[in-house]
Amino acid sequence: MEKAKRGKVVSYNKWGYFFLIPFVVVYAIFQLIPLVSTIYNSFFENYRSGLTQVGPNFIGLKNYMTLFTNGDLLSYTRNTMIMWILGFVPQILVSLLLGAWFSDPSLRLKFQRFFKTVIYLPNLIMASAFSMLFFTLFADSGPINSILISLGIFSAPYKFMSHVWSVRGLVALMNFIMWFGNTTILLMAGMMGIDPSLYEAAQVDGATATQIFYRITLPLLRPILLYVMITSLIGGLQMFDVPQILTNGTGDPVRSSMTLIMYLNKHLFSKNFGLGGALSVLLFIITGIFSLIVFKLNTSTEK
Amino acid sequence: MNTENKTSKGLPIGVRRAIAYIVLAIVSILCIIWFYILFINATRSKGELTRGFTPIPSTHLLENLRDGVFHGTQPFVRGMLNSLFVAGCSAALCTYFSTMTAYAIHVYDFKLKKFMSTFILAVMMIPTQVTALGFLQLVGRMKLEDNFIPLIIPAIAAPVTYFYMKQYMESTLPLSLIEAARIDGSGEFRTFNSIVLPLMKPAIAVQAIFTFVSSWNNYFTPALILHKDLMKTLPILIAQLRSADFLKFNMGHVYAAIAFSIFPVIVVYLILSKYIVGGTTLGGVKG
Amino acid sequence: MKKRTISVLLATAMVAGTLAACGGSSAPAEKPAEEPAAETTEEAPAEETAEEAPAEETAEEAPAEESAEGKVLNIYCWNEEFKSRVKDHYPGYEEVDATHGKIGDVEVVWNITPNENNAYQNNLDETLLKQADAAADDKIDIFLIEADYALKYVGTDYTMPVADLGITEDELANQYGYTKDVVTDANGALKGLSWQGCPGVMIYNRAAAKEVFGSEEPADIQAKFSDWDAFVASAKELKDKGYSVVSSVNDTYRVYSNNVTSPWVVDGKINLDPNIKKWVDDSKALVDAGYAGTHDLWSDDWSKGFYPDGKVFAYFGPAWLIDFCMAADTEGSIANAGGWAATEGPQGFNWGGTWICAATGTDNQTLVADIMRQLTCNEEIMTDIVKKDNDFVNNKPAMEAMAADESYGDAVLGGQNALGMFCAGADKIVMDQITIYDQGCTEEFQKAMKGYFEGQQDFDAAYEAFCKAVVEKYPELTY
Repeated sequence: MEKAKRGKVVSYNKWGYFFLIPFVVVYAIFQLIPLVSTIYNSFFENYRSGLTQVGPNFIGLKNYMTLFTNGDLLSYTRNTMIMWILGFVPQILVSLLLGAWFSDPSLRLKFQRFFKTVIYLPNLIMASAFSMLFFTLFADSGPINSILISLGIFSAPYKFMSHVWSVRGLVALMNFIMWFGNTTILLMAGMMGIDPSLYEAAQVDGATATQIFYRITLPLLRPILLYVMITSLIGGLQMFDVPQILTNGTGDPVRSSMTLIMYLNKHLFSKNFGLGGALSVLLFIITGIFSLIVFKLNTSTEK
Repeated sequence: MNTENKTSKGLPIGVRRAIAYIVLAIVSILCIIWFYILFINATRSKGELTRGFTPIPSTHLLENLRDGVFHGTQPFVRGMLNSLFVAGCSAALCTYFSTMTAYAIHVYDFKLKKFMSTFILAVMMIPTQVTALGFLQLVGRMKLEDNFIPLIIPAIAAPVTYFYMKQYMESTLPLSLIEAARIDGSGEFRTFNSIVLPLMKPAIAVQAIFTFVSSWNNYFTPALILHKDLMKTLPILIAQLRSADFLKFNMGHVYAAIAFSIFPVIVVYLILSKYIVGGTTLGGVKG
Repeated sequence: MKKRTISVLLATAMVAGTLAACGGSSAPAEKPAEEPAAETTEEAPAEETAEEAPAEETAEEAPAEESAEGKVLNIYCWNEEFKSRVKDHYPGYEEVDATHGKIGDVEVVWNITPNENNAYQNNLDETLLKQADAAADDKIDIFLIEADYALKYVGTDYTMPVADLGITEDELANQYGYTKDVVTDANGALKGLSWQGCPGVMIYNRAAAKEVFGSEEPADIQAKFSDWDAFVASAKELKDKGYSVVSSVNDTYRVYSNNVTSPWVVDGKINLDPNIKKWVDDSKALVDAGYAGTHDLWSDDWSKGFYPDGKVFAYFGPAWLIDFCMAADTEGSIANAGGWAATEGPQGFNWGGTWICAATGTDNQTLVADIMRQLTCNEEIMTDIVKKDNDFVNNKPAMEAMAADESYGDAVLGGQNALGMFCAGADKIVMDQITIYDQGCTEEFQKAMKGYFEGQQDFDAAYEAFCKAVVEKYPELTY
């Protein structure tokens, strides 16, 4: 970009602004205005009781105080992160493994097209429909329990929906199944961008598949990996439909699978723009902090 | 990744290939079985469904489709057209303008560049639900309720898609190519449309699928905005079917409706997926 | 409240007059509808008052103005039940398509929003709040409500007193008292009418009764379940033979919650009635002893007992549960074989019910009033509903006649005519402790107590969780 100082190129650079116009205009209208009004709302008492509107009355930071003092925020953040990590770790491992296999020229896997097509399919099912299926499968008298009992693993039905870790595990499993194809596709698209001659050269030099993966694929994949991690983190923090429908909105047992957005959703019931707004702002801050950490971790190892 | 490490170093290629096939087979089953279960359930009657799951299809598929989807209380065919329109437009606008935004940041060097790229990264982290309350108020004030505009136009500003496009450009779009186009006398806008866009095809296909699917399956925003029956999209109609009362409630209909609404996404996916899995490589561009 | 007095005066004047008064009663409401849309919601009812007074004098010309009634009747509801009642029983209703119908030259528009995620009420609330500004043809004319949240609407000016529609107390004399209490506001104005009564009974499995207790006769079984102590003792006998007494402890919730002596909320503070606490204690004992499960109502696990393999002895519910929910149309179910029987059980109770309300500002008052009259006061039509739909209708003479009718029997109950039992139950129902918070409290209480029943937390923690969840829904409450 040092060329930029030359007169001719500088005249091109104004095009940068033109190309940004659609994004900026649409963003300002449909995101920025709502965001500002959300922040503004967070300082007011503003909800509906039955058909009667209460407020808006300015109450300063009281909404924030309420959220901090009842202590739920921390445990819901914890729940969200636990369920995200439980789903994300296997997801990224499997995706990398599949990606490596698909891009490994020495393996020469057949039916690649089929496998690559199939892995994304679960994402096509609506999350709500998917949770419905899971709920039926893992019900006390559902097919999974009858299989486990007939195999002699359990003597009585295991109540999947009544144990903290089985519910969290199911949520993570569903997120894994729904999203690992997505991640693999992203990684493969990145891998396709890698010059095949690099692989050929490495093979000629006698590199093993593992070496090729660590020395060539992984480093060149870094931008896409960073993208995958950050979007997955954001998606994870926004986790909603799967636990919402699986637990019927309760986040049970004892709210151990209640996520932040499920909590936000509770305040939408009473059109609680004040408390909901404050929660939204806190969510924004939490997401920002986590994303910054991921971002910093990645760029610092990049040197 | 340690296990993979060991197997690949120590084992002969045949064994590694076998392992790969076994894992892939398991993974594929894990992916396809849901469609199978959905299909089975769509063929079963209300009563059969309450009695638990069986792996054998029943005989009520046509009946479920007829009563639940085509001649039911919900306008499913209209809903499908609505969904196609909204998801199609969103995907097209989103990918085109996100590529454009990424292009602006990637290729040009201007004063606000650093600020803009940081800004977009920062706003990417705002969960959509956070602004939902404000968004709804805004839509109400703009009198855009029962309108597809608030579902389609915001797709133009999609930080996540932008981010992907930019990351993709970083690893695959050489600036020299654009320089070359300029020397050939191509205008900036034309360069973008006729040279950059085709090069971005795999990335665009990937994001088009993602955007299409997420728009297709989106319940949250449309449910807040669309109230008229003829404007409703499929997820809303399915939710309505699911919460039908005890008199009419029929899970067979619900499953048939879900199967019906998944079908077009699968078609769109299979069409676009050739760009992803077809083995297009961009290697040639480099150099 | 000046408005109400005038309206009542007006209505009485009209009823005392001729039939024309019926047509005339629509005229006053017509006026505010034609007013420019500038009025705000709050002002609208007051405005109406002013408009109504002069209308009294014009009542004579009412027939001429009849044509001024709206051409569109908008009905808001959450399911097909009311639609099928209107379709099958309201004279002159023609179905056009799934969401449209015709009564004479009036177009009927069904606006059906499901209950899921509170969507029905959200949609209704938004539309009601805009009611005053809406064009005449877009205004809600009729909307339906359920007992659990009836007061939320009854307590506001968005619902019209039925007296304003010209329906008199005399016409309603045959209705069960509690169906009127539920929809009577703080000032004593009746704001809605119901065509059904929902007294509940204990519905037990005949085969299981024979196997465990040696008899399937209602009188013998009633002796075994005459109070809660007997209930528990019998539950043990059932357990020894492999049966659950009820599918889930949530089955008995309504029996306790309908026999409370204090409401869920007292002076803005959440209140736990002793009888609700008794439900918790009794249920905990049932769960701990393995006599019953903790499934959510309507879940697959809960409804397993509709089939012989489910090994459930009894469900608690009103007529609609028996006829529509117990899989009677499915081969192999107990209901299909007529294998259930009904008995009073330990305590009488009520569960559910749907009320018809007229929305303030409706431009079809005559038609709305007529629909209410036909479906909730016309004995002939109501008897027809019992015969055709097995519903328990809100008409004492009709029900008593049916109860005495030897030829009537419910196939699901093996031909038993349980209507006498329902009638006795309906007479005893008292619903004087309802609040606008009942729906949220009931839902959250069952959810929270599940954690206690299953041993994940103690009662105090579960109660705390319940209070927290209720305050999330109703921020104005404290605990």
